[in-house]
Amino acid sequence: MLRPYLHLVRAGFRRHSVYLAASLAGLFTNTVFGFLRVSVLLAVVEQTGSAAGYDAADTGTFVWLGQGLLAVVMIWPDRELAQRVRSGDVAIDLGRPWNLQAATLAQDLGRAGHAMLIRFAPPVLFGALVLPFRWPQSPWTVLVFALSTVLAVVISFAARFLLDLAAFWLLDNRGVVTVYAAATGVLCGLTVPIAYFPEPLRIALYATPFPAMLQTPIDVFGERGATAALLAHQVLWAALLLAAGQVVLARATRKLVVQGG
Amino acid sequence: MADLGVHLRILGSRVRSQLAYPVSFGLDALGQAIAQANELAVILVVFAQVESLGGFTRDEVLLIYGFAGISFGLADLAVGQLDELPRWIRTGELDVLLARPLGLLPQLMTSDLQLRRLGRAAVGAVVLVVVLVQGEVEPTPLNALLILGTPLIGATITSAIWVVTCSVSFWVIEGREIANAFTYGSQLTTSYPITVFGPWLRGLLCFAVPSAFVAYFPALALLDRPDPLGLPHALRYASPLVAVAAVLAAALVWRTAVRHYQGAGS
Repeated sequence: MLRPYLHLVRAGFRRHSVYLAASLAGLFTNTVFGFLRVSVLLAVVEQTGSAAGYDAADTGTFVWLGQGLLAVVMIWPDRELAQRVRSGDVAIDLGRPWNLQAATLAQDLGRAGHAMLIRFAPPVLFGALVLPFRWPQSPWTVLVFALSTVLAVVISFAARFLLDLAAFWLLDNRGVVTVYAAATGVLCGLTVPIAYFPEPLRIALYATPFPAMLQTPIDVFGERGATAALLAHQVLWAALLLAAGQVVLARATRKLVVQGG
Repeated sequence: MADLGVHLRILGSRVRSQLAYPVSFGLDALGQAIAQANELAVILVVFAQVESLGGFTRDEVLLIYGFAGISFGLADLAVGQLDELPRWIRTGELDVLLARPLGLLPQLMTSDLQLRRLGRAAVGAVVLVVVLVQGEVEPTPLNALLILGTPLIGATITSAIWVVTCSVSFWVIEGREIANAFTYGSQLTTSYPITVFGPWLRGLLCFAVPSAFVAYFPALALLDRPDPLGLPHALRYASPLVAVAAVLAAALVWRTAVRHYQGAGS
């Protein structure tokens, strides 16, 4: 039952390991941005000692984890499935004896696993060496962080899957993806910690899945906030978005049959 | 000069093709505007925490940000297509362009005129107008000249940086991501006073990648305030000269890169 999906996880991992040069180039870009980003935030912290509860070490940790995780979670969609919808190839995917959402999720988890090794580990180790950095106090935190990161990948995947499905109705979902990709950086806490936002905005943001995609794993690693509440927020959004994906997929499938007849 | 007519005709057709799908175009432009507004949100949120950043007040930083935004938007419009260079090389399309009796760079620049990129410039322009209305800048003729000239000169410098970094694609297969570090990275660095960055990064921004001349130095002139770093007073009026030097350097690097190009063999 599960075996084909485990194969897909492995396939997702191996597929991305082929493009090592692309991964390294992306790693370089993430690291440069980490430096620029951390400079701005450290200039803020320098004045007051801490801003929104972030001291220099917290800030370094925030920026480097964010730069590492953004490729793992893949906050910027790649529109691969949407292009298969547009070309009609998706009919083949839907005809296979699998659940399309589960199969794509399995591949995405494999991809994320590869990104964890190549795109996450190096910048975090580098950041920990050259900048103020805060390692977790409790060894358990690392485990919970791993769990939270998996949940973040699932949530980000489920949101991207819905964007791809939009192509069934729009044919070209590029505009929607452009708007999503442009907004997600600030909303998920990549550019600046969500704690910096004024209280009402922060509450409004936690009514969306965005913080759960990036800020939450970073918070878990930094041991800020109640871990149980953070994970519960993630589980809730993962379940909601995956369920929404199933509903929309069912409707999209019916639509495809109507068009293809 | 006859070439110019050809390029203008190509550009006209590109513009018409984009306006044929107004919804898609509108969403794309909105996406660009939101992307630019990201950094605006960061600046505003940061100033909710502190009174000044790198020795500058919020409105002073916003002035720098406004200039940087317009410059980047215009540069993206002019040379942003170079991001596609790795694809052109991989598919062999570049060889086709090289065979034509037109310059390679003008062909690439006019291969696509993505008007949606004006979304970025629009956000920068709105912020600039808001700051100017606040009365941060004395209304003198020299300042008016600076306000009008800075975005154009800034766009020229940014375009030159873009051309140089995209030339990397002729040597490195996955050049696009590396080029992004410099193009989008320079967008981030031009949006803030250089005092925010550490000493070696600052040196890099002033003298190696001339980002500081896009917005920071002209803003010092407009605000009529001393440089917190005590750099020479003349630097704040040096942007036009730096632009000329940057364009010459970019032309040299580009020519060398194209000469180095061997073809993708496909």
